[in-house]
Amino acid sequence: MLCHCGEREATIHEVIIRAGKKVERHLCEVCAKRAGMDVGTPATPVVAKVTVVQGPTCETCGTSIAEFKHTGLLGCPACYRRFDIQLTPLLERAHEGGTHHVGKGPKRLLAAMATEGSQESRLGDAVERAARLGLLRQQLDDAVQNEQYERAAMIRDEISRAAAGDAARPEQEP
Amino acid sequence: MSAHRDGQVPFHEANTEWLRGEGQACDVVLSSRVRLARNLAGFPFMPRASRADRRQILDLCRRRIVEIPSRERIAWVDLHTASTEQRTILVERHLISKQHARGKLNSGQGGPDEPRGVAVAQQSERLAIMINEEDHLRIQSLRSGLALAEALALADEVDDAMESVLDYAFDRRFGYLTACPTNVGTGVRFSVMLHLPGLRLRNELDKVKRAAAAMSLAVRGFYGEGSNAVGDLYQISNQTTLGKSEQLLLHEMQSEIIPQVIEYERASRRMLVTRGGPVIKDRVHRALGVLTHARLLAAEESMDLLSTLRLGIVLGLIEGIPERVANALLLLVQPGHLQRATGRPMDQDHRRGARADLVRAALSPFRS
Repeated sequence: MLCHCGEREATIHEVIIRAGKKVERHLCEVCAKRAGMDVGTPATPVVAKVTVVQGPTCETCGTSIAEFKHTGLLGCPACYRRFDIQLTPLLERAHEGGTHHVGKGPKRLLAAMATEGSQESRLGDAVERAARLGLLRQQLDDAVQNEQYERAAMIRDEISRAAAGDAARPEQEP
Repeated sequence: MSAHRDGQVPFHEANTEWLRGEGQACDVVLSSRVRLARNLAGFPFMPRASRADRRQILDLCRRRIVEIPSRERIAWVDLHTASTEQRTILVERHLISKQHARGKLNSGQGGPDEPRGVAVAQQSERLAIMINEEDHLRIQSLRSGLALAEALALADEVDDAMESVLDYAFDRRFGYLTACPTNVGTGVRFSVMLHLPGLRLRNELDKVKRAAAAMSLAVRGFYGEGSNAVGDLYQISNQTTLGKSEQLLLHEMQSEIIPQVIEYERASRRMLVTRGGPVIKDRVHRALGVLTHARLLAAEESMDLLSTLRLGIVLGLIEGIPERVANALLLLVQPGHLQRATGRPMDQDHRRGARADLVRAALSPFRS
């Protein structure tokens, strides 16, 4: 096999598995050195090098994004925030564009969050509430356009509840 | 309320909610089901849970379930110690999933002796709570006919009671956190079991499946995920769980989507009678003939014949046989129930004989 430079035989073979995807490079010694690769001793001209790069990994449970892609299951609650960037497009596809929760929440926990929320979580909450309201307004527009008035009325109620939640906690706004 | 563990699965056909053949649109809708997926905070999800984690989750949930005030007795079954026959019966009654019976996640982790269980409202079987399935808790509520709102109300009540003591994994942005991101948000799945022989006979099912897919709904067979549609029975359920509230999802299913499918099926049935009167009459009576005379019946064959029989009863083409008898037989011809009825393990050939005997015996009081 020739090196990609087209001049010399490829003697150094590198396989990198990054987040479940295999990337191979076959280089001659000159190109390999230029690429900063460890080419080994001259006595072993062929170096088979396999590097497994797992991609981001959850610090709490040790699940890697590669494992998630393989099984479709996350390892723990913290995985959601850790893999936020990777999950967002997937969530949008799976949930008709939905990226923020709308609906029921655990009463005891929500009450605790409201009284004990730190400054950071308050900022996060404001952004998230705005995103949720945006999503609901979009759904409302769609419903009105499609003349689904009963549905529109339900979404309007949902919006008033979400907005009332904001008004009820003015001290939490940044 | 007390949970009991007597090593037996004490359920009786007479009580099973989804066999009643009652409620709204019960000519087409066998049953409505609501499932809430919940996980406990402070524990890894099932793929990462150690055996000690699983045991602890099981104990925490069981203790809480036993305390919940309930109108009826709750039966508890430890699935890791239950017999294969008991597990099969629970699957056939739609109280646990096949995956929960095996104890294995779809991703391959786990095995039959992993600590897991199910709590079932023993009288009505309206409530079944699976512990340590794909999520720590799966609260399921079942109703006869189209009754998703009532099913949600019960599941909600149990959810609130569990949450008043246990801490759920919840995030303001993502909602209830679940092992699979396809369930995150509300964690709710509304599912309706429909009998659609009319659409099948008129080759209209593909249209329904395409329309359902366009509305982000899943169409599955009798036993849910990965199962075939036997006996013209289909489950339609929502896929979206994030960005829509429980109430909006309920409204979409109960008031917008399912009524359309019901009307479509009813129209197909009317067409079968008006355009193909003798043909459909012949078909349902042939089915009755085979069911009342056959000496060997395979499982799938019997399901298809019972489906046609049920259609004949609902259309008024067959008189004298109550619909609930056809419904009950759909369950009783399943291998686990058949084995329990005969009281001995059987191979496939013996089961075919026993199945034909059982069906003949069940239908004989109604033959004129």
